Order: sequence, then structure tokens, then C-alpha cells
Amino acid sequence: MALKSDDVRNIAQLARLHLDDAEIERYAADLSSILDLVAQMQQVDTSAVEPLANPLDAEQRLRDDAVTEADQRDKFQAIAPDVADGFYRVPKVIE
Amino acid sequence: MSARGVGEIRAGLDSGEFTSVEITRDYLARIEAANPALNCFITLTPEVALAQAEAADARIAAGEAGPLTGVPLAHKDLFCTDGVRTSCGSRMLDNFVAPYDATVVEKLRAAGAVMLGKTNMDEFAMGSSNENSHYGSVRNPWNPERVPGGSSGGSAVAVAADLAPAATGTDTGGSIRQPAALCGVTGIKPTYGRVSRYGMIAYASSLDQGGPFARSARDCALMLGAMAGFDPRDSTSAEQPVPDYAADLERGVKGIKIGLPREYFADGLDPRVAEVIDAAVDEFRRLGAEIREVSLPNTGLSIPTYYVIAMAECSSNLSRFDGVRFGHRSADPVDLEDLYKRSRGEGFGAEVKRRIMIGTYALSAGYYDAYYLKAQQLRRLIKNDFQQALADVDLILGPTTPEVAFELGAKTEDPVSMYLQDIYTISLNLAGLPGLSLPAGFVDGLPVGLQLIGNYFAESGILAAAHAFQQATDWHLREPRQ
Repeated sequence: MALKSDDVRNIAQLARLHLDDAEIERYAADLSSILDLVAQMQQVDTSAVEPLANPLDAEQRLRDDAVTEADQRDKFQAIAPDVADGFYRVPKVIE
Repeated sequence: MSARGVGEIRAGLDSGEFTSVEITRDYLARIEAANPALNCFITLTPEVALAQAEAADARIAAGEAGPLTGVPLAHKDLFCTDGVRTSCGSRMLDNFVAPYDATVVEKLRAAGAVMLGKTNMDEFAMGSSNENSHYGSVRNPWNPERVPGGSSGGSAVAVAADLAPAATGTDTGGSIRQPAALCGVTGIKPTYGRVSRYGMIAYASSLDQGGPFARSARDCALMLGAMAGFDPRDSTSAEQPVPDYAADLERGVKGIKIGLPREYFADGLDPRVAEVIDAAVDEFRRLGAEIREVSLPNTGLSIPTYYVIAMAECSSNLSRFDGVRFGHRSADPVDLEDLYKRSRGEGFGAEVKRRIMIGTYALSAGYYDAYYLKAQQLRRLIKNDFQQALADVDLILGPTTPEVAFELGAKTEDPVSMYLQDIYTISLNLAGLPGLSLPAGFVDGLPVGLQLIGNYFAESGILAAAHAFQQATDWHLREPRQ
């Protein structure tokens, strides 16, 4: 399956990845060859097979709805790129 | 002097032959001398190590030593370490000082182990050669022009080059077993859920599992005993008691049934590797095991199935890296979307971006059924193959990899050829089964790995069989020339 440059641009937009033109070209070829590999899956009829999400078919465990975490905001924000007054700062989103 | 294992270090500490501080200094000095050439450590933590070693010496003096007290080891730089940079091999996390410890790190620290540093790895654990690290390729100590395997290449090399007696790793598609094979050390990927994933930076959550590297199955048993156990902070952690792996080691293999999957000895396997594995099979037969053939018919489909599931889960997991709360942020973004896109575009390397994009595509509207759902259905068929085979035999045996360590750069241009290296390892992650790789011989002076696979939570039986083999052979004692 051959992906075109526009397909790659669209996927990169969905993944919020900036790619330059040279990368787009290279990924079009790489992704196409990976999709060719993946196409082998279609050889097998799996219409009657139940999908497997957890290898042990485990159920999601529930916990009590109780506070278990202490407030560590200062510690977590110490490693953030840009904070002010306890908030994470980003470029303006509302004019 | 030959390299010491975990057990020998413990004996030396208890007899007073050396202190933990002394042996820790010794390892730190060896790392400083060897690391420029091998590049297996990203970060060294001498202050942490010496403080932990002092505490361990006090515990030993007080007669309170456990099976790992005072033993130095290295952590893959994917396990979060409180106050120590945790890079995951990525520019994205080059500045990330983890604010908490992974459960595995916490448990090993509580057991008295000493952290020497953090080991190099393929970026976000994506790779089979350790050539995808932001911090440069790791070299194989058996031949520096060869790859060590990946993604836990740094941990495998640290143990192989005697820069640590044991190390932690993670295995999503073979990332413990394949580098263990290529570097001539022993490594075990436990059953999914056996070791907590809390604080392990996620790649593909339904496949990721932590485990140890060491110089022998016995040492792996000691490490795994300390690492394993139920953890309420990991939603898929198994609520199963942890057996005493070290106490179960002497069970031997007399009378156990070992299956050889015919698909693992077919086209694609280097015939010289096959010869080494055949000789090891003869050894198991001499030790009293009964050998028979089994079949895992969907082996070939495990590669596409694995890559769809792993890439889909990675695209979802890695969406957390947005340049806002931690990690790399690009300079002067024009707006929020530009901040996301350029932080991610700059922070991630080529293979990570490739996998995020395939995963995004596989999960996007209109393609979910054809890719992700289809892969999950095949995943059940692959699991069923193993269940059928393991109904007839106690263990499955085969090569860990189709060839020995390849040259640096040999497969970097063709991602698909790199993925094919994982043919014998990835199906276990899909099935969630435990598997161990041990050194079984050499081809052209490079180690050959043999894989032992068992049923869910059958780590004791796998380790005992590996131990029986290592009592009868000395492949695991061979060391690369320094």
C-alpha cells in the first residue's frame, strides 16, 4: 500500500507532529513498506475470533473512591518548561 | 579475576572479604574506564550509589542483610528514579528529572541494592539494535562494530562487560531477551503483570513488562524475587503470590517435556545458530528432559500483529508528551498547536515518529477495524497456539534470535528488516507468557541465545531449567576480552 505525501501530512497533523518536507518524503516510503508488512494480517479469516486486549483476559480492577495522593504540585511543576503562580503557561489561546 | 555474580558478591559481603562501598567504588571506576567506548550508561549516580552502599554496609554489620543487600546494579533509563534524570533515551526527556521512583526501583532499593546509574536504550524502548538512542549507539563488548541488540542494550552490555553484576530492563517485543542473547548474558521477561509497570515509562501498555539481566539464571532468580509482586498502582498487576524462585532452582529437568516449535527452526534461521541450539537440545536430553516437536502455526503473523498493536498503543501513550507539563518545549511557539507540533517534532527521533504515525493511522476513523481490531483477533489466535502447545509440554525451547549480533548500520535503512529480528520473541509478549534467554554457544566469536518459554507464572520452572543447563555447561561464564 502506497501512501502519498498528503496522506503523511494528514497523519502527522492527527499526531500533532511537525515534519519538514524531506521527512514527509522519507516517511511516505517507510510507512508504505510497514503497511505492506501489516497487510499480511488480512490472509487469515478472523471473523469468528474474539479480540484479545489483555493477555490474561483480566478484568479492570476497581479501587475505593478515596483520596490516595498527596498534593505535590510544587515538585511536579519544578520540572515544567514554563509555570506561573501554580499554573502551566502556554501561548495565548483566547483573543 | 573473573566477573562476580550477585550470589558471589553477597557471599563476599557477608564474609567481610570486601564492603559494599569498596565494591561499589570498584564498579564505578570500571564504568568510567569502559563507558567511553561502550556507551552503555547515560547517567552515572556515584553519590546515590555510595550513600546506598554505606547504608547497606550498616545493614550487613547489623546482621540484617537480604539477598541483594549491598549489591550494585544498573537501571534501564526507562524506570523513573526520584531526583535522577530519566531520559528514556530521548531528547524529549533529556531534561526530565523524575519526581518519583518506579515500583521496581523502590523495591530493589528496599532490598538493599545499590544504584550505579541509568543505562542507555533505544528511544522510548523502540528498537532492536540500540541505534535509536538520542545518546548514541551502544557497542557490543564481544565486537564493538556489532550492535548489542535493543531496546535494553545498555543494561545487557553493562552486565556482559562486568560493569554491573545485574541490571533491570523492559521487554515489549523482546527488549530483554534479544539483547541478552546478542551480549551473552541471561535475561528473563516475566509473565505480563508479574512485575509492576508503575513508573516504567509506557511504550505499549498491554505488552510492556519489566525484568532482570544477570550473569546466570540463579542471579536472575534473586533479582526477579525482589522485583515481582502485586502493586495496586499498576492496574494490570497480577494478584499472585511470588514464589521463592531461588529456592526452586534445583528442581532440574529430569522427566520434564520440552517442545521445539518447528516454525522456530524454519527458513530465516542462520544454520550456524541452529547448530548451537541443536547441541543445547542434546544437553537438555542428557539432563533427562524429554524432547518433542510442537507447532505454533501463526508465528509468521506475530510480526505484523505485534507492530500494529505496539504502534497503536505507542501513539496513544506518547500523546502525553506535549511540551506543557514536562520534557522538551520548542522555542518561541506562535500558538498552542505550534507548541505541540514542534515540541514533539523536535523531541522525538525518527523511529519514534514512524511508530507514532503508523499507530495514529491504524487508530484513525475508518481504519480501526482493519488494523487494530484485526490485530487483537490475531493476538488471540497466537495465544491459543501457545496454550495448545503448552498442553503437551512443560517448556518450549528455541533460538532467541535468527542470527547473532549484526553490524552497526546494517539494518537502519530498512525498518522492516529490523522488525524481522524479533520473530521469535514478540509472540510471547502478545500471549503475555514468560520467556528467558541464556547463552548457549558462539558463532564467529559472537554469543548465541537460547530461549525457554513457559506457561503463565511458570517462571520457577523456566529458571530451574536454565539453571540445570548452566550447571552442566559454562557458556554463561565466558567473558569478552577487555
